[in-house]
This record gives sequence, structure tokens and C-alpha cells, in this order.
Amino acid sequence: MLSALAMLLGGGGEPVNDGPVGAAIKNFSNWLTEPTRYSIASILAVAGILYFRKFFAKVWVITAFFALSTAYFVFAFQDPNFNAIITKPDNVPIVILFATVIFFTWLSLRRAVINDERTKRGEPTLEGELAKQKVFTWPDLVYSELICLVLFTAGMIVWSILITAPIEEPAATARTPNPSKAPWYFLGLQELLVYFDPWLAGVLLPSFIIVGLCAIPYLDMNPKGNGYYTFEERPFAIAFFWVGFLLFWVSFVILGTFLRGPNWSFFGPFEFWDLHKLEPMVNVDLSTYFWVDLLDKPRPDNPFVREAPGIVALIGYFLVLPPLIGKTVMKKMVEEMGMVRFNVFMHLFLWFALIPVKMGLRWTVNLKYFIGMPEYFFNV
Amino acid sequence: MTKLLKYVRESQIWKSVFRHGYPDTPRNRTLAVLSNVFLHLHPVKVRRSGIRLSYTWCMGGLTFFLFLILTLTGLLLMFYYRPTADKAYEDIFALREHVPIGVMREMHRWGAHLMVISVWLHMYRVFLTGSYKPPREFNWNVGVILLVLTLLLSFTGYLLPWDQLAVWAITVGTNMARATPFLGHEGPGAALVSFGGIDFIHAGDDVRFGLLAGRFVGEGALLRFYVLHCVGFPLIAATLMAVHFWRVRKDGGISGPL
Ligand code: HEM
Repeated sequence: MLSALAMLLGGGGEPVNDGPVGAAIKNFSNWLTEPTRYSIASILAVAGILYFRKFFAKVWVITAFFALSTAYFVFAFQDPNFNAIITKPDNVPIVILFATVIFFTWLSLRRAVINDERTKRGEPTLEGELAKQKVFTWPDLVYSELICLVLFTAGMIVWSILITAPIEEPAATARTPNPSKAPWYFLGLQELLVYFDPWLAGVLLPSFIIVGLCAIPYLDMNPKGNGYYTFEERPFAIAFFWVGFLLFWVSFVILGTFLRGPNWSFFGPFEFWDLHKLEPMVNVDLSTYFWVDLLDKPRPDNPFVREAPGIVALIGYFLVLPPLIGKTVMKKMVEEMGMVRFNVFMHLFLWFALIPVKMGLRWTVNLKYFIGMPEYFFNV
Repeated sequence: MTKLLKYVRESQIWKSVFRHGYPDTPRNRTLAVLSNVFLHLHPVKVRRSGIRLSYTWCMGGLTFFLFLILTLTGLLLMFYYRPTADKAYEDIFALREHVPIGVMREMHRWGAHLMVISVWLHMYRVFLTGSYKPPREFNWNVGVILLVLTLLLSFTGYLLPWDQLAVWAITVGTNMARATPFLGHEGPGAALVSFGGIDFIHAGDDVRFGLLAGRFVGEGALLRFYVLHCVGFPLIAATLMAVHFWRVRKDGGISGPL
């Protein structure tokens, strides 16, 4: 039994002969995880799960999901490339992150579905029922805290004995490893570097994330859904956070950890990290599209004239769009929120939306920059 | 046995420490919480909904507990670690080579990873239960700062083993600062900050230089990160955690439907 387990965990090393089914699964995984498909598939997954939430909230669904994932992992462990990346000691937490985020997302969805049904029937929510009862901190809370802590500590010690913390070669500033990755929790931002320059991906967007998080309580004017799980009473807020947290935060960390190899090129989970894999760089600036392709002229020398189309486009996006929307589609929202709140919200939202917009344009028309002024390090 | 226990409990020493009887009556249970500075973080009575694992996921509590584990193991590591470019790697390596079944470094490293995960999940749960809504807006903001501090703690600690992984991860991370608008030497607008033809922002004085105490990740950066990691950030985080817990109580305890 133990040796079987050891064999399982220690798998890899030797290339294995997969057989037709195994090979098909591996090829499909490699195909599906390519960043464009990966992102589109996860957007569809989020939308689908929210729409069919009654189905996804069922216990057997999550059980089946974890059973299938486990089976997949056991299968994938036999593969040397998959094994090499998954069993890196520092990547174990990312597997934990994956499992816990999915589990808790399911749990919250389940409780939201139950609560929404109860509310419709005029019954109190799950939390509402229990909130009426008060219990003593000692022993009810103190004991359950103590039990949690002891179990948790035991788990940590076992983990620490089983897996030794790695240490690599001594620091050498002359030898750059390839890939060079930031700590795992910043890999979502490093992924954004594919689409944006460092001043946006590494400085401005993270600042907006922090400011945006701080602003949430002051922008969300919906008084409902305070202190219990629900979806139907605040569908926009929940969907928005799912997209922000699950897609752009957690799933990009997973993408950056497992699927980005040397030169930050994409590698499927069963692909060998080949140092020489080259991805063609064929990206084109908006200015080239405008002057060369549309007007059939050379690009003007003055950078401000050259980049005028992008400047106009972004001014339109950031300055014209908010009042336009506020006067038309979202008129009611402006009345509820007031001008200040609405504008803060719109600007944060537009920055957030710029990420998928740019990603989409990159995938479809290979757009490099809206505004490309390397003279001033000003590339958007 | 019972007699012995009774004897201990009635001794002057015991009574000088615990100023109440065994907490099995409402009065003593109340006193148990009120007269203990640590338990006093809690209210005497809590709503049953608030302590359900399926509601809070216990992620805030776990984050705090991890912070305690990390403080303890980190303190022990400090006894063996010298933050200089020629000793740091050696010391970490020695911990692994010379300590049989040593788990301090492991506990510290895996705990740090877990703390980042648990703080994310905590934020996720607070959002999903709408617990940032009035009256808890301010505490959510304290939380956001704690989130940033947790990441900074982890980031500064990442450099300390002084191996290839550490140095290059920090290099990649801090390279971003080069591109800070106006303040980084490769940032938009930096060229505007010049006076009489002299550039004020260059590689030798921009924000990145300030972070690293140098043009690249070297000895100065190691010392700077060490001090922030072991003293600066933990102190700020601990202070803010006190504020955070205080506010949880003052805002009416763990949130629940009104
Ligand atoms: C070092 C980091 C943190 C620690 C140790 C911590 C600890 C805690 C604890 C123990 C609670 C009690 C309820 C629970 O366990 O869920 C709590 C509640 C709360 N936390 Fe945190 N937290 C941290 C970070 C954050 C972050 C990042 C946020 C949000 C951005 C946040 C926002 C809140 C709010 C709003 C409450 C009140 C929730 C309620 O009443 O239901 N905290 N925190």
C-alpha cells in the first residue's frame, strides 16, 4: 500500500507510453490551457455556474468534481512534465489554493441558493435562524477554536516533516534563471505584463486594485445581503467579484505558476519546458493600423500626431464614456449613487475593464499598444 | 486525582492567577472571558450563526493563528540567521544540513504561503457575506491594509534565503518600481522631472534605488528587507490586527442578518 503510494507520488522520470486515451486527454489539456482558450473557457465557466447555480450547488456535483480532479491528478502524475511542475515543494500551496477556492466558492454558492429559496418562501435565512440564539464564548467558541488550532498545527508539522523547504544555488546576480518569476502571489500581475507595460501592470493597476478594494464599501449602495450568503439580492456585486477574484486573481496565479515557462512562453501541463520555444511576436501598434494600413501613409514623426488615434480613443474611453453612460443607460444609478460615487466607480471599472479589452484585442488583431510612445516610456 | 485537582484549584497560587471558579456556571463563564486579557478579544456571548464554520470558514482566525506561528518560528530562525551577503545563504543551508528533522524553516515557509491563501479566502468570505456593508466599512479598509502588509511580509521574507530563487524573484518584483510614473527612471514623465538640463530621476536615485538601497538586489537590499521583515512590518501588522479585532467587536460582532 505504502509503496504503491510512493510509486504514485514519485511517478514521472521515465516517459510513459500513454495509449490512445491517455494521449488524447493530454493533448486536449494542452490545447485547452492555451491562454486564449483558458481565459475564454473560464469566463464561460463562471457565467455558466452562476446561471445554472441550482445545479452546481448540489452536493453530488462538487463531490463528482473533486473525484474527477483527483482521478485526473493521479493520471497526470505519471507524466514526467506534469510531475516536475506539480511536485515542486513551493507549488504545493498553489494546489491547496486551487482546491480551497473551489470548495469555498461552492459552499458559498450552495448557501446562497438555499437562502434565496428560503427568502422567496418568506422564511428566515440559514444565518437568520441561528442569529437569534446566543451562546457563551466559554466553552462553545473557545473549545472549537482550540480544537481547530490543534488539528491545524498537527497538519502543519506533518507537512513540514514530509516536505523539506527547498534552497537553490547561492545568489548570483550575473546568472539570470529562465524563467524568472516573481513570488507566486504576484504572478497574476506578471501575467498582465504580457499585455501591459510595467508602469501599468506593475504600478498603476495594483494601486487601483488596492484603492478599488478600499472603495467597495462606499460604492456598493445596496443595503441587502449584509451578513448572509445570497446571490439574487446582489447579483451584480457577486458576479463582479467572481470575475475579479476568481478569474483575474486566482486563476491567473495558477496560469502563471503552472503554464508559464522559459521566456514566459505558454506551456501546456504535459508539455516539456523547452528553452528554445519561441512564440512569434507579431504585435502591431494602433498607430500603424491607422496611418499605414488605413490611410496608406508613413507614420508621422511627431509622436503626438503619430499617436493621435490612440490618444483620442483613450480620451473617449475614460472621459466621454462615463458621462455618456450616466446620462443614458445608467441614469438611475447616477441618481442613486450621486455624481462623485458614480464617477469614482466608473473610472475604477473602466480601468478594470481595460484588461479584458486589451486581451481581446491582442488575441484578435494582435494589438500591441493603443498609444505607443517609447520616447517617453508612455505605452498603453 | 479529583482531590489533587481540587487542592490545586484552591491554592493561593491558582487563585491569584484565575480570579474565578471553573467556568461551568454562567457567572464563571462570563468571568472567564472578562478577566482574561487574551480571551477578552471575544465578547462574553456570541451569536450562534457567527461561529459556524460554514459561515466564517474560520479564515480570519486562521490568518491570525498563522501570524502567531510565523512570529514564533521566525523568532527562532533569527537566532541562526545573519543578514549579510556572505553569511545568509550559508546559515539557511546549515539549518537544513545540520538540524535533524528540523521543521522551523519549513513551518515558517509553508505557514507563510498558507497565510497569503487564508487572508485571500478571508477577504473572499467577507465580500460574499456582504460584511463590508455599514457599519463595517472602516474595518474592511483596515483589512485591505492588512492584506497588503501580509503580501509585503511575504515578499520581504522571500529574499532572505539569498539563493537564486530569492534574488531573482525580488529582482523581477522590484523591477516594476523602475517604471513608476515620474519617480522611476523608466517611468512615464520621469524625463519631465529635470531642471536646467539635469535629470533628477535616474537609476541611482529613483524609487527602485530607494527600495533596494542600490541599483540591483545586493547587500543593502538584504539588510533593508531583513529589518522590514523582522521588525517593521510585523509591528505595523500586529498593531492593525489589534484595531481590526477591536472593530469587529465594536461593529456589533461577527456580521449576521439584522
Ligand atoms: C492579517 C490579516 C487579517 C486578519 C488576522 C484578520 C482577522 C479577522 C478575524 C479573526 C475576524 C473575525 C471573523 C472571521 O474570522 O471571519 C475578522 C473579521 C473581518 N475582517 Fe479580517 N483579518 C485580516 C484581513 C482582512 C482583510 C484582507 C479584509 C478585507 C479586505 C478583512 C475584513 C474583515 C471584516 C470586514 C471583518 C468583519 C466581518 C464580519 O463581521 O463578518 N480582514 N478578521
